[in-house]
Amino acid sequence: MNVTLLDYGAGNVSSVRRALQRLGVASEGASKREQILAAEKLILPGVGHYGALIRALDEHGLREALLEKINAGTPFLGICLGLQALFETSEEAAELTGLGIFCGRVSMLPRIAKLPHMGWNTLQMRRESSLLAGISGSDYFYFAHSYAATPSPPPLDDSTVATTMHGQEFIAVLEQKNIYAVQFHPEKSGEPGARLLSNFLRLAA
Amino acid sequence: MSLARRIIPCLDTDGVRVVKGVNFVGLRDAGDPAVLAARYNAEGADELVVLDIAAARDRRPTFLETIRRVAAELAIPLTAGGGIRSLADAMAVIRAGADKVTVNTAAVQRPELLGELAAEFGSQAVVIAIDGKWSGERWEVMVRGGSDGSGRDALEWALQAVEAGAGEVLVTSVDRDGTQSGFDLPLTSAIVARVSVPVIASGGARLPEHFAEVFQTGHADAALAASIFHDNVQSIRELKQFLAGRDIKVRFPC
Repeated sequence: MNVTLLDYGAGNVSSVRRALQRLGVASEGASKREQILAAEKLILPGVGHYGALIRALDEHGLREALLEKINAGTPFLGICLGLQALFETSEEAAELTGLGIFCGRVSMLPRIAKLPHMGWNTLQMRRESSLLAGISGSDYFYFAHSYAATPSPPPLDDSTVATTMHGQEFIAVLEQKNIYAVQFHPEKSGEPGARLLSNFLRLAA
Repeated sequence: MSLARRIIPCLDTDGVRVVKGVNFVGLRDAGDPAVLAARYNAEGADELVVLDIAAARDRRPTFLETIRRVAAELAIPLTAGGGIRSLADAMAVIRAGADKVTVNTAAVQRPELLGELAAEFGSQAVVIAIDGKWSGERWEVMVRGGSDGSGRDALEWALQAVEAGAGEVLVTSVDRDGTQSGFDLPLTSAIVARVSVPVIASGGARLPEHFAEVFQTGHADAALAASIFHDNVQSIRELKQFLAGRDIKVRFPC
């Protein structure tokens, strides 16, 4: 089983690679179109600035390849910015266009709570989720972000499977067919994080 | 649903080994950083800090290797620092496996460094470390390992550093550091009241009661300690059980 990690020169690629290694799974970094098109399973890690990620995707001509693979049913996991990139736009770089797989805009969390939202928080489950199998609302995950996507009320929004509260409710986990995405960092979230990654690998097998 | 308060062990290293001592005098060996990292990861540490307290330029490659070895043991975030003076220094530390960098003296000398780091890595990866010492009327920012005064006011500097790009403040009380008499609650709560980002309190911890105080009275988001964890004076699991008993929200590893 081979996992392709999209490596655009920034972000948490090496942490994700180490987390997969602990699960006994090899992964390779991909920064070229052809590598992405050949991928069996794709992970888009990301940390830092939304604009840096989107620009890197476009500068390296990876956007179309990524969309083609996702639309063709290749199992995909977006982490942190990798979740945010799936939406249409972000307030963090309003001049850029995201991948647009999900409708809506990523915006800054309200300043009534401390920003960045940094540390360990729990999930509020919305519906059954294969990615969250064996994970409960009392498990903690590591978050480090200031921007987030806001869920629409169910049943309009069936892809949001879990949310988290920090100043406001925001999307923590998305799941729609072959597309999975998390706002937190499973590669830095101890046992529950490892379980989530191993769920993704199993679903993608 | 809300954030758990974090417990953060700190590994002070000479670049290679974990050391203990005051002001670089009488340093004692306290173990292998990777071994301690693995232990804290399993015991429920929420994050780990590894510092190069010698920060000698010629030993830098060894410290980067230490970061790599430590990162390989962790399924929790890693912060690294000590001697970071430029974007290139920070890049090397992040590439070696750190999630965040902490800067101290170099940022006091050139605050723009914080903005440069935030632009590259995001502010969530930039920690401003402030060593504060009570002068009788205010807390002064100390630099070079707490030895030299900078003339700056710690509260003003915290605010300025956050505006410049820092996403977290690690505040160490020079007065309390090494005393094991408890965190500096007035300093911690004054910093918390001044900035809008998470604050890590450091310096003076020994008893579980000290941690409860710094969360409940000092309003810290996280608390950092070194030797009490290395020496098994305090186990992280038992500390968290104590805090949970005081209605302080903490995370248990499993």
